[in-house]
Amino acid sequence: MNLLKELHRGLIKENAVFVLLLGMCPTLAVTGSAMNGLGMGLASTAVLLGSNMVISLIKNLIPDKVRIPVFIVIIASFVTIIDLIMAAYTPDLHEELGIFIPLIVVNCVILGRAEAFASKNSFLASLVDGFVMGLGFTFALTLLGSVREILGAGSLFNWKFVSEDATTILLFILQPGAFIALGFLIAFVNKLTKKKIQGGE
Amino acid sequence: MKDYIKMISALTAIAAACGLLLSVVKKGTENRIEEQVLYNVQGPAVKDLFGYTEKIDEVMPNIMRSRQQITVEEQARSIFVDKQDDKARAVAFECEAMGFKDKIVIIVGFDLEKDSLSGIGIISHKETPGLGARITEAVFRDIFKDKALAETFKVKQDGGIVDAISGATISSRAVCAAVENGIALYPAVKEEIMKKINKNGI
Repeated sequence: MNLLKELHRGLIKENAVFVLLLGMCPTLAVTGSAMNGLGMGLASTAVLLGSNMVISLIKNLIPDKVRIPVFIVIIASFVTIIDLIMAAYTPDLHEELGIFIPLIVVNCVILGRAEAFASKNSFLASLVDGFVMGLGFTFALTLLGSVREILGAGSLFNWKFVSEDATTILLFILQPGAFIALGFLIAFVNKLTKKKIQGGE
Repeated sequence: MKDYIKMISALTAIAAACGLLLSVVKKGTENRIEEQVLYNVQGPAVKDLFGYTEKIDEVMPNIMRSRQQITVEEQARSIFVDKQDDKARAVAFECEAMGFKDKIVIIVGFDLEKDSLSGIGIISHKETPGLGARITEAVFRDIFKDKALAETFKVKQDGGIVDAISGATISSRAVCAAVENGIALYPAVKEEIMKKINKNGI
């Protein structure tokens, strides 16, 4: 296994957001600022790593017909654990992301990787897959968050580069802006990779 | 049939294992989370309301000791009391109102001598980041600083004195409603606190 190649796969070639178009709900909902995008991406990565590892370990014990409920139970448990630990030990970050953390349960990147990868591959391969996919997701969310924050609030990572009373394009902070910015970003990534993207979910 | 038993037992086993793990984590983090809320949210808000200038670590023990449990309108409430020179000068307690997504909990401070509003602090909310969440910013909170209780705490569209945050009228209205709730409770709270202090000393 080539780690660099895997990294390229997670970040660009099979990027969860830009190419696979998975996890659209958190992608659109929480990327009002670069910081929120980054935090949500990292929290999702932690859950993805955990769920991929556990599922690849117990894949032979799960009867095929109940695999989806089992995945959901495991993912929801990881999300709750992360939520509690963050509330107890990193209250600042928890404060910032508070409402988004429970949303990770419904992130189909995580369920998608459990179903498509971890339930069929070895522990180590699943670990690497969780890592690169999570990184790709984090990258996409941070990029989208940055674009929306720059256009909508005139700042980046809370660092304001226009004057306090300058007019910014509020639309980009609001939900329609998420769709518009994501659409342009996907078009841009497609242009860069310069080939027709096949399939998706 | 054998399949069903296998499915049911696998699902039950995994759900039970997860449940057990979660209850352990919950128990393990419970005290710490409560402490975090007290130290990181309530404490600093009370410190601001009472105008303490010391560092938060220095005043925290004082603030914790100043808490009084009383029952107002059949509801137990914990009230922070600011005492100086053996006199109770101000009180602060939590109030809530429904915001855009979930209830907004604020802490409202009152000056006991002047019977006025000394200010508000935001304890918890789930408003939209960048919009409704801006109720936590000082610019907005300061509107409620040192105001007479007779003022109309409503947003300007509704004929009040509060400048609503642009794009977040609902959140602004909710904070106003919570403040009004607090003002409605204040006379009863003051009476109870005074009773308690006269009985037990400070």
